[in-house]
Amino acid sequence: MEKENFTISVYTENNIGLLNRISAIFLKRHINLDSMTASQSEIKDVFRFTIAVKVTEEQVKKIVGQIEKQIEVIKAFYHKEEDIIYQETALFKVASKLLFEERQIQNVIKNSNANIVTVTPEFFVIEKTGRRREVEALYRKLDPYGLMQFTRSGRIAVTKEKMHISKILENFTEEAV
Amino acid sequence: METQTQAIKKKTNIVTERMTGAEAVIRCLLAEGVDLIYGYPGGAIMPVYDELYKYQDKLHHVLTRHEQGATHAAQGYARTSGRVGVAIATSGPGATNFVTGIADAQIDSTPMVCITGQVGSHLLGSDAFQETDIIGISTPITKWNHQVTKAEDIPTVLAKAFYIARSGRPGPVLIDITKDAQFGELDFAYEKCKGIRSYIPVPDTDPNSLKEAAKLINAARKPMIVFGQGVILGKAEEELKDFVEKSGIPSAWTILGLSALPTAHPLNVGMVGMHGNYGPNKLTNECDLLLAIGMRFDDRVTGNLETYAKQAKIIHFEIDPAEVDKNVKVDVAVMGDVKRTLAQLLPLIEPNSHQDWLQEFKDHDTIEFDKVIKEELYPTKEGLSMGEVLRGINEETNGDAVIVSDVGQHQMIACRYAEFTKSKSNVTSGGLGTMGFALPAAIGAKMGAPEREVIAIIGDGGYQMTIQELGTIFQTKVPLKIVVLNNDFLGMVRQWQQLFFDKRYASTEMVNPDFVKIAEGYHINSKRVTQRENLQDAIKEMIESKEPYFLEVCVEKENNVFPMIPTGASVSDVRLE
Repeated sequence: MEKENFTISVYTENNIGLLNRISAIFLKRHINLDSMTASQSEIKDVFRFTIAVKVTEEQVKKIVGQIEKQIEVIKAFYHKEEDIIYQETALFKVASKLLFEERQIQNVIKNSNANIVTVTPEFFVIEKTGRRREVEALYRKLDPYGLMQFTRSGRIAVTKEKMHISKILENFTEEAV
Repeated sequence: METQTQAIKKKTNIVTERMTGAEAVIRCLLAEGVDLIYGYPGGAIMPVYDELYKYQDKLHHVLTRHEQGATHAAQGYARTSGRVGVAIATSGPGATNFVTGIADAQIDSTPMVCITGQVGSHLLGSDAFQETDIIGISTPITKWNHQVTKAEDIPTVLAKAFYIARSGRPGPVLIDITKDAQFGELDFAYEKCKGIRSYIPVPDTDPNSLKEAAKLINAARKPMIVFGQGVILGKAEEELKDFVEKSGIPSAWTILGLSALPTAHPLNVGMVGMHGNYGPNKLTNECDLLLAIGMRFDDRVTGNLETYAKQAKIIHFEIDPAEVDKNVKVDVAVMGDVKRTLAQLLPLIEPNSHQDWLQEFKDHDTIEFDKVIKEELYPTKEGLSMGEVLRGINEETNGDAVIVSDVGQHQMIACRYAEFTKSKSNVTSGGLGTMGFALPAAIGAKMGAPEREVIAIIGDGGYQMTIQELGTIFQTKVPLKIVVLNNDFLGMVRQWQQLFFDKRYASTEMVNPDFVKIAEGYHINSKRVTQRENLQDAIKEMIESKEPYFLEVCVEKENNVFPMIPTGASVSDVRLE
């Protein structure tokens, strides 16, 4: 089976040790994560991990099974690229003097749909959000002028299909054991 | 923000009692019906021990001689009693000594709650004396773990711990309690946990999966069952027996499924796996339908997956969704608790008997008997065999005993030859293969089933890994029986060295102490047998003893365990010699 890019969405309770539990599932199988992002989800007090990973579909199914097995995981899903809307954000810190010395930088910025977040006499910061290849294209264009700093976030994604997390939570009833 | 505890109180209007966190720990255990725990005191857990002192008439504490022993004893207790085992220790080394037992309980799905003390919360992260990140360490080997830093959280967290440990696929839970949470006060009220919204202990059964399964079963001409510990954990022994008898399907057990069906049941065809029986291993690759019931296709069961039961349709009865298609792709997965799913399936299947197919198992049994079993049970050579010791034990106990085995050759012999009439009679470290498991596990096994004869079968290697628990036996006078099968070798490793490493016996020869004298040092009745003519009398004397008894049997040094599926080989390549 071919390796593909998969995005895993994990809905969880807000638990301090859960990040460890989830990353251990990958560690144990020698799988490198492309990225992992954690944030609040659309549901109050429910967190959402977004994990990008390149593995076979068989592997991702087993991984999702292991993730879902963790007590505080409400539900985990995996998605193919075509099932999601996804973005990454990058920040480029560039010396301000370059704007005047290397005028073509202004065109690079204009044509890249990037935002200038801040400007100081010493440096300015460009924010670029998009697909990986768009971020990388801007990187390649700016790199020759010299970047003071560069950082890129993990992938965040929402699915085209509905997520039924609220329903799962509503259906929960206590039962005697 | 309102804490969970406060929320519960508000909701239910429960009368509360003011007490310390340490006392709350004891009260939670009592509320869960715990009357026996295993442990070892130390600095960070002293407040709880102080309360144990006050509650000693209600909650009995067994002082093991090492924290690892406490975990194995709790496991043994859980395995024979069907209840949650509880172990308690201090922070740092006390907690890290729990690790092996926790890992063992995790892989063998044993319900256990481990409580560890922790340094005060203001010291967390400061490398304080006996501080260790036991939450980080135990994360990959626990079903759940949690650190408590506030006294008021103790009741809800412990309620969750017991619920998680025992529900669904059971497993170990570790609760780490800082010293200030033990000293701190709370308004105590206890409510048992009845559910966690992010956790589904037992998945729903798809009615279609039952119909599909029934269709395959009714059409099969050479069906075979392999059942595991899921049957015992699910208390589904009767349902399994009814199902086996109505369907007439030959049934094999995995090492942890042992005793879920009586050994002598006509449809019990023995054990699958690396040192399992010839018939069920060979015929796994000839059956047309394989029913896997409460088992997880461990590599020691399947051998090479590429050649495992490829000709058969496979139905998997399983409680843990992550196990389905993990190692073996199955045609039908019947999710749920086997106690329910087997009962639901029963009316859908037609009564059948597979006499010709069953005969094939018997034919293989005859081959195995002639090539392996006869010499093992009735040896013609001078040296004593492990098998004849087990035969002697069977004769004296009529298969009523609980057999607790350690890990190695003696374990395989015990699991192959011990006869069982009742469930929960086999306690062994299956998944983790923990040498040193048996002696402390037998202590717990006997306390979990005091009315039963409990016999620990241990090799000379594993015995010395937890030999200090003789002290626990001496102190508690728990009347268990210890049999050390001594071949002065780490026998299983030596066997592999002989077969696969040209007899280079690297570090497997043991120079052993006088085990009888050691037992005598602990005032445990003991005997050594070196001659066949003394064996049966010694076993008889041991079984008749009302006190703890130690029996060392010096067996042939270089015997091998067969049949054997070499690592990576196919189940059908099982070797008889």
